[in-house]
Amino acid sequence: MKDRRPHWSERLKVTLWTLIVPPTIWAGHFLFSYLWAAISCAKAGAFATFPTLFVVGTVLALTLIALSGWVAWNQGRTPGASPPHEDSTDIDRLRFLAKSTLLLACLSFVGVLFTSLPVIYLRDCL
Amino acid sequence: MARACILIFALACLSGCNAQQSTLSVFGADAREIRQIAIVLTVGAVVIFAITALLYIRAVRAPEESLNHHQGMRMILWVGAIGPTLILTALLLYALPAMRPRPASPADLVIRVEGEQFWWRVAYQPPNGGAPLPSANEIRLPVGRTVVFELAATDVIHSFWIPGLGGKMDMIPGRTNRLVVKAEKAGRYRGVCAEFCGLSHALMAFDVVAMEPAAFDTWLADARAIVPPPAIATPGRTLFDAQGCGACHTITGTPHAGIIGPDLSRFGERLTLGAGILPLTTENIAAFIRAPHQTKPGVRMPAYPQLSDEDARAIAHYLKGLR
Repeated sequence: MKDRRPHWSERLKVTLWTLIVPPTIWAGHFLFSYLWAAISCAKAGAFATFPTLFVVGTVLALTLIALSGWVAWNQGRTPGASPPHEDSTDIDRLRFLAKSTLLLACLSFVGVLFTSLPVIYLRDCL
Repeated sequence: MARACILIFALACLSGCNAQQSTLSVFGADAREIRQIAIVLTVGAVVIFAITALLYIRAVRAPEESLNHHQGMRMILWVGAIGPTLILTALLLYALPAMRPRPASPADLVIRVEGEQFWWRVAYQPPNGGAPLPSANEIRLPVGRTVVFELAATDVIHSFWIPGLGGKMDMIPGRTNRLVVKAEKAGRYRGVCAEFCGLSHALMAFDVVAMEPAAFDTWLADARAIVPPPAIATPGRTLFDAQGCGACHTITGTPHAGIIGPDLSRFGERLTLGAGILPLTTENIAAFIRAPHQTKPGVRMPAYPQLSDEDARAIAHYLKGLR
C-alpha cells in the first residue's frame, strides 16, 4: 500500500504556541472592537451607517479561528489509543493539544461573535 | 412549612402591586419593551429549568445499563454546549434592538435634570428656544412625544430611573448623558435615584406627571409666563424674606434668586415635599423647615429650630400658595 503524502493540516504540528492562537485572536478582536468604536466616535462623531471595517475585521478573526480549529480537528484525528491522552508520549501530547485547541477555538469563535453583535447592532457613541 | 413559604412568597409579590413605580406597570415605550424581554426570559428560564429537572429525574430513575457513556457525552455536547450557545445567541439578537437609543430630533423637548444630594434640579428647554424653565423634584412629560433627558450631577454619581417609563441612566459629575424616552399613558408616576449617593439616597425620589400633549403645552406656557406672586406682605412671605430663605431658593417674580437649593416657584402645584417623600401638607412643610434632617438625614438645608411652630406654619402656608 502506497504511503500517501500527509495533508498540510496534518503536517503542521499543534504545540503550546498554536494552542493560544484562537484565544489570542479573540483578545485582539476584543481590543479592536473598543479601539474601532473609540476612534470612530472621536473622529467621525458617530458610527458609520454600516461598520464595514469592523465587519471585515470580525470576519477575518472568525475565519482565522475556524482555520486553527479545523487544523486542530484534523490533528486530533491522528490514529492512536482512545482517551484519556495523558501519557508523556508524542502522540498523546499531540492529541491532547489538538483537542484543547479545538475546544478553545469553539469558545473563541462564540466569544468573537458575542463581542461583535452589540457593536454592529448598537452603534451608540455615548 | 410549605404553606408558610407560599404565604411569604405571596406577601412579597404584593410589593409588585404598585402602579406608580414598577417595571411591570409601564407607561413608556421602552419600559414596555423591557417588560416584554423580562417575561420572555422568565418563561424561558422556567421551561429550561423544568426540562433540566426532568432529565435529572430520568437519569436517576433509569434502569441500570439503559444509559451508556457515549449517549451521555453526546447529550453534554448538545444540551450543555451547543444548545446554550444557540439560545444565548438568539436571546442576544432578540434583546439588542431594545438597547438601541431611541432616535430624537432637534425639535424634541429637552429636559435637563441634575442630581444633587438629595434632590433633583430640573430645567425644561423647549425646542423653540428661549430661557429654560427651572423646577425641582417633579418632571412633567407630554404623552406621545419624544422627550430627551440630559442627565448630569454636581456632587457625586446619581442614577436617574423612572421604572415605568424606561431604562435607567447614570448621572456623572462633569458629563452629560442622554436618555431619550416616550411616554404612552397619562398619569402620576414616580422615579428614583438608583445609585447609592449618600445618607438619604433612599429618600431621593421624584414625581412624574405624564400629561396629554395639549394639557402639557398649556401647563408649560403658563409656567413660563412669569406671574409674580401678589406682592402682599403676608406673614409667611415676610418671614421667608427675614430668614434669608431666598439665599438658597428661587421664587420666580420675587427678589429671591438663590440657586443652591431647589427652585420653589409654583411650589404649591407639586405633589410631594422633600424630593418625593412626604405629602405636600402645611404641617409637613412646617416640620421640614424646622428640622429637615429628621426626615432626610444628611440634607444640606440647615435646620430652623429657632422658628416658632406658628412662624414655620406661616412660611409653609405662603409656599403652599405659590402656583
